[in-house]
Amino acid sequence: MAHKAGVVAPYFHDLDQQREVNTLGMWAFLATEVMFFGGLFVAYVVYRFAYPEAFYEGSHELNVILGGINTFILLGSSLTMALAVHSAQTDAKKKLIIFLILTIILGLIFLVIKGFEYYEKFDHHLVPGPDFEWHSSHGNQVQLFISLYFATTGLHAIHMIIGIGVLFYFLIRATMGAYNSLNYDPVENMGLYWHFVDIAWVFIFPLYYLLERYMTL
Amino acid sequence: MQQEHSEGHHVVPVRTYLIIFGALMVLAVVTVAVSYVNLGVLNNFIALAIAISKAVLIMAFFMHLKYSNKLTLLVALMGFFWLIIFFAITMGDYLARGSIPGDLGPQSVFAPWM
Repeated sequence: MAHKAGVVAPYFHDLDQQREVNTLGMWAFLATEVMFFGGLFVAYVVYRFAYPEAFYEGSHELNVILGGINTFILLGSSLTMALAVHSAQTDAKKKLIIFLILTIILGLIFLVIKGFEYYEKFDHHLVPGPDFEWHSSHGNQVQLFISLYFATTGLHAIHMIIGIGVLFYFLIRATMGAYNSLNYDPVENMGLYWHFVDIAWVFIFPLYYLLERYMTL
Repeated sequence: MQQEHSEGHHVVPVRTYLIIFGALMVLAVVTVAVSYVNLGVLNNFIALAIAISKAVLIMAFFMHLKYSNKLTLLVALMGFFWLIIFFAITMGDYLARGSIPGDLGPQSVFAPWM
């Protein structure tokens, strides 16, 4: 078993304690991330209470099909990420590499779809600013909704980009055999970050895309 | 092969991951489908309930909270607890005012070009 020995830093009792502390550190960071996204969600709630009709109108302009597809893609990427962690835990190096690659691919597809959605907004004169055009009297409030949409999904997309970048690093390290059943906590913690970004989208999607959808029928 | 049995070393079976993934997909479909039915105020509650359920499933199984020690669970829940405080105090402030945030009408400073 010596060739698979994980390295324990001198200030830890053992490998288990090191692993638990690493994970705890990641969760502490995720708690700050909850507050980071939380600010934008609080702003959303305040203004949705203030301007419900504008929020419904704005929501109808969002592409629910693309948003729905992106939801499935992110859930799938969470699955592949969890399976990547599982592979690291069970010394399955080839599977680990495959699942990391799949997670990266799904993440990139998400970003491409998101990019297209953003392009649609520019194309339909829905970007807040001098180029904005709106048919009802709620124009300013709809700009507010779409500003929040861009800010929140933009922040989310930045998290995805950073996540994909770090996943590449993990992929390279994985091909070098860095992760095994004694040293899998880096992959586990990357998984925590990735699942958090997925959870953020789980809330973003219904709040922005699914407001009074029955009115669009 | 010698299996270490300790708190942090629980290997979740692949089957569990697949089942939870299936549940998440079903919930995603349901949340979209329900949004096309007019249930009035209930739409909001259901949408939030489903989102929270999905988050709980992801946190418990994909993020291994179900298999982690209590301290980790505490820190994870604290994040959301503070978020609830954030919502509660902010909404308490706004809702207790005579009127919600200022008028964003045509002459608003936010959109001087309109």
